Amino acid sequence: MKVTERFSFILLVAGLGFFAFSIAVMAFLPWLNLKDIPMRSVEDLAKNVPIEFYDLSSRYPEQFKRYFGDVNSASYAKVLRLGRDTYVAEACWHCHSQYVRPISNEDIRFGDVSIPDEYQNELQLPPLFGTRRVGPDLTREGGKRPNDWHVAHFYNPREVVPTSVMPRYPWFFDSSEKPNERGLAIIAYVQWLGKSREGLTAPEKMIYPGCSACSIFGEKYKEVHIHEKEKK
Amino acid sequence: MERNNQRQLVEIGLVKAHLIASVVAFITLLLAGLLFSLQFLYRYPFPTIELLSPGRVRMVHTNLAAYGFLLNAFVAGLLWAVPRMTKVPILSAKLGWFVFWAWQVILTATVVGLLAGYAQAIEWGETPIFVDPFVVVGAILLVINLITPIIRCKDKVLYVSLWYFTAGFIWLCLTYLMGNYFPQFFVPGVAGAAIAGLFIHDLVGLFVTPMGWGLMYYFVPVILKKPIWSHGLSLIGFWALAFCYPLNGVHHFLWSPIPMYAQYGAVISTVAVEIVVTTVIVNFFATLWGNSNVLRTSIPLRWFYTGMICYFITCLQCSIQVLLTVQEIIHFTDWVVGHAHLVMFGVFGFWIMGFLTYLWPKVVGKPWHSELLNGWHYWLTTIGMGLMFFDLVAGGLIQGFLWKNLSPWENSIASSIPFWAVRAGAGIMIFIGQVIFVYNLWATAWKPVAEVDR
Repeated sequence: MKVTERFSFILLVAGLGFFAFSIAVMAFLPWLNLKDIPMRSVEDLAKNVPIEFYDLSSRYPEQFKRYFGDVNSASYAKVLRLGRDTYVAEACWHCHSQYVRPISNEDIRFGDVSIPDEYQNELQLPPLFGTRRVGPDLTREGGKRPNDWHVAHFYNPREVVPTSVMPRYPWFFDSSEKPNERGLAIIAYVQWLGKSREGLTAPEKMIYPGCSACSIFGEKYKEVHIHEKEKK
Repeated sequence: MERNNQRQLVEIGLVKAHLIASVVAFITLLLAGLLFSLQFLYRYPFPTIELLSPGRVRMVHTNLAAYGFLLNAFVAGLLWAVPRMTKVPILSAKLGWFVFWAWQVILTATVVGLLAGYAQAIEWGETPIFVDPFVVVGAILLVINLITPIIRCKDKVLYVSLWYFTAGFIWLCLTYLMGNYFPQFFVPGVAGAAIAGLFIHDLVGLFVTPMGWGLMYYFVPVILKKPIWSHGLSLIGFWALAFCYPLNGVHHFLWSPIPMYAQYGAVISTVAVEIVVTTVIVNFFATLWGNSNVLRTSIPLRWFYTGMICYFITCLQCSIQVLLTVQEIIHFTDWVVGHAHLVMFGVFGFWIMGFLTYLWPKVVGKPWHSELLNGWHYWLTTIGMGLMFFDLVAGGLIQGFLWKNLSPWENSIASSIPFWAVRAGAGIMIFIGQVIFVYNLWATAWKPVAEVDR
């Protein structure tokens, strides 16, 4: 067995051979399985401009015009790219995961279980799966809450969720406390999450009886506000 | 005569420089970790300073741990151990000094880049994209310098440590290239995530672990003055690790959209690693058998064996937590954070503290200023680390069950705060231990005493 203690054998078999084997089994095979899923660029993703993006432009028309111009697919693609870069720069993905597991009631809490197709796009290069949830998963975050909620939340999360441990991001805002370029971009990006896949079931929403805000916002924005009866 | 030869073999100044750089990186990363932990207690002192945003500070903590603290210290250990084992000096001292300074510049650029917002979205590889090529070149130069003595070694059959180093050098370069380039530019989506998972694990399993064990196979017999108990177990330990460890990576993304066969394979090979680890642990404790009194008298050996116990705990924990059933609860929680701290610091950090304690008097040529302070360093760090581990594991279980029970998210935060407070306290304890140690290092280096035997 002396050969197993020789430099060249260790170098070739352990150093290169076993490593190559692991890549073949654990990376190349999955890639072979998944390579036929069409790869989508940001421009492909930005073809359908969602209602949240129009809403954002109408709430902050001056800032929006200055940084991104008009609402169209081109500006939406630009915003998504910048939003994702901001998401990575601030390391949001260290505390928010981006995949819903088929276990632990996660489909009830967050929405539909993740499938490979929704990750085959430019905004998941590299993928933003994440390995820790200090805050909730964001895979199905897009459209769950209105833009106003995100604006307030990025400025100071504890104004919206008193126990939140999320950091503040005042540098997403200009001197008039309106979202700046990065602020608009990250909100648009978060509102996009989940929109790389069609036909998702909307998570079940509840209307709190006797709450006027619920009756105004309807089912869609139930997580936006504290229900009136709960207010002290 | 023999002694003089050995002294000329080793570039003492270079060893010292890497040890100092490692300690500086360690103190910095501890400060970053402590700072980050305050965010979880609503006490973050700089909430409105962009460059000190908690998310960015966290990346400084983890990246300095991998590339500043562990890598510098391992290089110091290698520069000491490899020439002594092979009886051949490193390729070039000048190259060594060049790599040393280049590496510190790379680390500084990484920290500045991360704080300025140029992070890359690869866990453990957040090093900005423009720094990556320099890391690769630096690592290759480092490897060329250190692998030369192994190639030139006259013995045809290498000692155990050199198996680990040889393989670890190749793995370091390949792993870094794979993890930082493929998911970023070439392999999209879920397949890219599989590679990112491999990278997270290979950096620990194929660089840090082989270097750590290689150094243990050198330092433990040297300090104990007796050979390793079983050569056969050493062989099994190395070859099984080399085969099983690279297959583990996907276990960081269990229950994800990655094809299930890769996930099952990762689970099986992770459990297999536990069997491998047991053989190595048995080998080392059998080596200690009959001499356990040295754990009271020799602080380096005490660090080494404490680290090995931690290694056994983390690997046993790993073989349990990797099971898909257990993953349902503990994944995404602080359990994993506790596990990671025990691996990176409780094992490899402790081993580094051990050989740092052993090497420092030899490097500066003076006896320790105070053995008592080294004892305090050991106990404060060990108790702090143990506290942090059990605290985070317990907190993780609570988070996991609250999530599964569909409790509102705020409940999981509110329930975690006591655990996060204890975690910060444990961190402060570890930090005080290191401050004592740094004082002792400093006092030893500046002590006006005659030289000791190297």
